[in-house]
Amino acid sequence: MSKASSAAKIAPGDNSTLAFDVERVRADFPILGQEIYGRPLVYLDSAASAQKPRQVIDAMSQAYETSYANVHRGVHRMSQLTTDAFENGREKVAKFLNAESSDEIIFTSNATAAFNLVASCFGRAHLGAGDEVIVSVMEHHANIVPWQLIREQLGIVLRVAPIDDDGNFLLDEFEALLGPRTKLVALTHISNALGTIVPVKQVIDLAHGRNIPVLLDGCQAAPHFAVDVRALDVDFYVFTGHKVYGPTGIGVLYGKRDLLNALPPYMGGGDMIASVSFEKTTFKDAPHRFEAGTPPIVEVIGLGAAIDYLAALGAENIAAHENGLRTYAEKRLGQVPGVRLIGTAREKASIVSFVMDNAHPHDIGTIVDRAGVALRTGHHCAQPLMQRLDLASTARASFGLYNTRGEVDILAEALESVSEIFG
Amino acid sequence: MDDLRELYQEVILEHVKHPRNKRTPADANRHAHGHNPICGDAVEVHLKINGQGVIEDVAFEGKGCAISVASASLMTEELMGKTEAQAKALFETFQEMCTKDDAKVSDGVDEDALERMRVLAGVRDFPMRVKCATLAWHTMSAAMARKDQVTTEAEGSGV
Ligand SMILES: Cc1ncc(COP(=O)(O)O)c(C=O)c1O
Repeated sequence: MSKASSAAKIAPGDNSTLAFDVERVRADFPILGQEIYGRPLVYLDSAASAQKPRQVIDAMSQAYETSYANVHRGVHRMSQLTTDAFENGREKVAKFLNAESSDEIIFTSNATAAFNLVASCFGRAHLGAGDEVIVSVMEHHANIVPWQLIREQLGIVLRVAPIDDDGNFLLDEFEALLGPRTKLVALTHISNALGTIVPVKQVIDLAHGRNIPVLLDGCQAAPHFAVDVRALDVDFYVFTGHKVYGPTGIGVLYGKRDLLNALPPYMGGGDMIASVSFEKTTFKDAPHRFEAGTPPIVEVIGLGAAIDYLAALGAENIAAHENGLRTYAEKRLGQVPGVRLIGTAREKASIVSFVMDNAHPHDIGTIVDRAGVALRTGHHCAQPLMQRLDLASTARASFGLYNTRGEVDILAEALESVSEIFG
Repeated sequence: MDDLRELYQEVILEHVKHPRNKRTPADANRHAHGHNPICGDAVEVHLKINGQGVIEDVAFEGKGCAISVASASLMTEELMGKTEAQAKALFETFQEMCTKDDAKVSDGVDEDALERMRVLAGVRDFPMRVKCATLAWHTMSAAMARKDQVTTEAEGSGV
């Protein structure tokens, strides 16, 4: 079938283009055929975790079925094949982020582990009592709590960059926080609760102007648009496999090579050492220094397949599709009586948070669930942000590459029934 | 939709719009703060218990979903004038009712009260919502036991 003929049969209202055929994309995701209470699954929770295409599932089962062994150990053929596939995954991630070298890609178990790694290693190498780390009020707990644990140990000071009521990051206020004791800026690239895109290039330029390195939380950015760590000149960049349509159990920390090699190890064990004796042990350079023990081998292979999948669709096409859904959803949900959008920053990704006048997010979640719609409700692991907005929780619809305008309509109708029930 | 209607019955919606005893009595002598860290909902329960162990006043404050607010409001109506032992029996049976089809009824429970609380039994079909229905009751039970904090998840020390 030609692209044109398959695109032609898309239901009216769907924003497929010849470059991006959403029905064809949907066919790659087996789970989207599931029914919930007898209705088609409308999965609007990709910001929490994305569904997996057949290509990822197959790559992982094929690895287990045809070429599986431990990596970096032994000369046997299976170990070689698996090591090649694993290191090939590292190459793919390096290309995905446009890193200079795959030695700058460290595999962790998730994004949270990557933040804990940086907090611990950067903390021990560079931070002392009174030194300051700047985060924003929009951070996910994964980029707050590790710094608080380090604060307990080292007596550092956490400073918090503010936002305005719409969720815009305030660059001037951020700049005013940069001072002689600032040792690191650790910021989200895109807020998982509001969808705000932080002007990270300006942030990095301001910080680098004072020789301060920058760590970005790219968990929501990596699935949404192309990330270029060299163009950004960012020092550390974190994302998580399961949100880029890859498996769980795999996270990525990018770090500039010199910065990484100046850090002490995180965990000790096999694979991270150059040599061990009871008197003295020496460590490998990055990335292996930070990857003690058997790594998530098949997860890396699955992540590689996810990255191939995204590359084949094209980052620009994905971003355009998701932005189209987001603007449509903001308009459509805005028409539902009682709905108030939370997070209306100038630059946004495909995340739409909202509350309703008479219905609590928890009740919204339960009611739309019965219409087959999966929404996230709660504080989105961003309680300081909720306090800033004076809310206990919001409902959040997040759009991935497989969502359609028809699904936005189903959500809007379900919200109309919420507003009927609660009057 | 049917179990949604069962969950969000008129009585519940009416309690949400006009919660009973949503106030802080000046003469209350037992208090507890209840908290559901998963959704961020929080409730304060205030009790005035006299020397004979009778609940002379019961009230609540807090923000939450319809189920948790309606449950707290209903609870205050049912506990007014009851003894601590009766309140405990009602709580036990209510918990059973929210989780099981064949709820065990504790000895000495006020059957009429139980019948009125049955409007919340719809949460049985919504396991994620049972904690919403029981938060105020757990908090009340903590207040009676002179514990001032309770959460639906285990919580320890912090940083
Ligand atoms: C912005 C952001 N940072 C960090 C995380 C943590 O990711 P993980 O749970 O995979 O460690 C998430 C998702 O939960 C997120 O949305």
